[in-house]
Amino acid sequence: MSIKIENISKSYNKGKVQALQNISFEVQPGELFGLIGPDGAGKTTLFRILTTLLIADSGKASVMNKDVVADYKYIRNQVGYMPGKFSLYQDLTVEENLNFFATIFGTTLEENYDLIKDIYVQIEPFKTRRAGKLSGGMKQKLALSCALIHKPEVLFLDEPTTGVDPVSRKEFWEMLKRLQQKGITILVSTPYMDEAALCDRIALIKDGKILKTNTPEQIAQDFPHALFAIRADQMYQLLSDLKAYPKTYSVYPFGEYVHFSSDDATLTGIEIIKYLTSKGHQNVVIQPIKPDIEDIFMELS
Amino acid sequence: MNTDKSIWVKDLTKKFGDFTAVDAISFEVGKGEIFGFLGANGAGKTTAMKMLIGISKPTSGAAMVAGYDVFHQADLVKQNIGYMSQKFALYDDLTIKENARFFGGIYGLTNTEIKSKTQQLITDLGIQEVVNQNVGSLPLGWKQKLAFSVALLHEPKIVFLDEPTGGVDPITRRQFWEMIYKQAHNGTTIFVTTHYMDEAEYCDRVSIMVDGRIDALDTPAQLKKQFDAESMNEVFLKLARK
Repeated sequence: MSIKIENISKSYNKGKVQALQNISFEVQPGELFGLIGPDGAGKTTLFRILTTLLIADSGKASVMNKDVVADYKYIRNQVGYMPGKFSLYQDLTVEENLNFFATIFGTTLEENYDLIKDIYVQIEPFKTRRAGKLSGGMKQKLALSCALIHKPEVLFLDEPTTGVDPVSRKEFWEMLKRLQQKGITILVSTPYMDEAALCDRIALIKDGKILKTNTPEQIAQDFPHALFAIRADQMYQLLSDLKAYPKTYSVYPFGEYVHFSSDDATLTGIEIIKYLTSKGHQNVVIQPIKPDIEDIFMELS
Repeated sequence: MNTDKSIWVKDLTKKFGDFTAVDAISFEVGKGEIFGFLGANGAGKTTAMKMLIGISKPTSGAAMVAGYDVFHQADLVKQNIGYMSQKFALYDDLTIKENARFFGGIYGLTNTEIKSKTQQLITDLGIQEVVNQNVGSLPLGWKQKLAFSVALLHEPKIVFLDEPTGGVDPITRRQFWEMIYKQAHNGTTIFVTTHYMDEAEYCDRVSIMVDGRIDALDTPAQLKKQFDAESMNEVFLKLARK
């Protein structure tokens, strides 16, 4: 097992803040595993425990079959960690940062150049620029290069795409897939629910508890309600009318549609249209849909 | 000059040395409109927004915000707008009441006004039991809703929201947009940036910045038609990756 987490709990402030409550899951070798949840769910706390920077109150965790407490030195040498907050030396240049991290891990930029080439070529034109002067996207690429410089077996990426625009996010995930193909196990956290679909397996986390662990497909199949996407001319009114509909289980805006679920499995689109037409709605479009991770997250919340 | 618009921007430009961060952008935002201001990282959104809120002087061009000129009346612009960003919103080590008093004071409200508005805010958000807690101890979702309410304390005509929902859980994110809708319905103009493309769909109109210019500006429905796309996400990817 690449990562094994058993009943990990962690609190802060003398127990006042329960950051993690009895967390357990495993990550297989070579897996791209996503820890999906909003800010404050406990993602960073878990990453810090797994990278040996923080000790849990109770429970056990191992990385590459080594205990995170007893074998912390071994783990620190073998894993790559990209923290959520940019943590490189702002007043060293791109090249100096890379050489610094390479030296720390007893290697050189040349030795593992293959692994970081794809990413590094994009920042190479700025290699004499100080890290603090890079744009957000470039900082992220430099941080990933530094986390990879010693060819880690397991890579921990804590919210690498937070605050990143959709285009750069897409490119970043393409990069992760290529790293995975090189045999690296990746644990990545994100608050963006749409990124769940790009992982082999995911764990949904909220308020320090794991809501569910499985493949994104399997989690979607477990959704217990009939789900429809509905659109009409007056979206705000549509939302209120559906909230007042007796057959409604939940209704949430989803971009240009609202997602509507019902406990009544026999409920048809036609029946819903009839109701909405009686409320004066025009140009109603309705279609049965499969839930996405956000639907499921809200259902489990 | 058009004065019934909340925001009026003509050829607004900002240069840093040889680099043109914002390249002659022009647009207008109507009263009570929800205007989505999108673009890739580094496209110039933040620089443009800084000029509009009166904290960065444009190199050339013109802009009126809330009826004031950003060149010569920057202080009046600042007094008449609300601003909230994900990175900085409230003081973590002050309580809810202290934050409200601080920001109310900054915006020149009287003590009586601050008192009544703070009470109103507490009732609206249903946060009576935590009013004396430090803001830092509140869940992020609450903080963001609170920050939005505090940004509205002095009843600005326009509120600028810089990635207000980043990292917020999906339910709170939707509750937040309901607050935005309600405020826009009451006539406040909303100028908002976001990286969530489903949120772009909630805007009346959306502009997309690419390399310092506004390459697209329309309703979400028209943009999808124009770029032959299924979703705003697709529109964004097509524009920013061309």
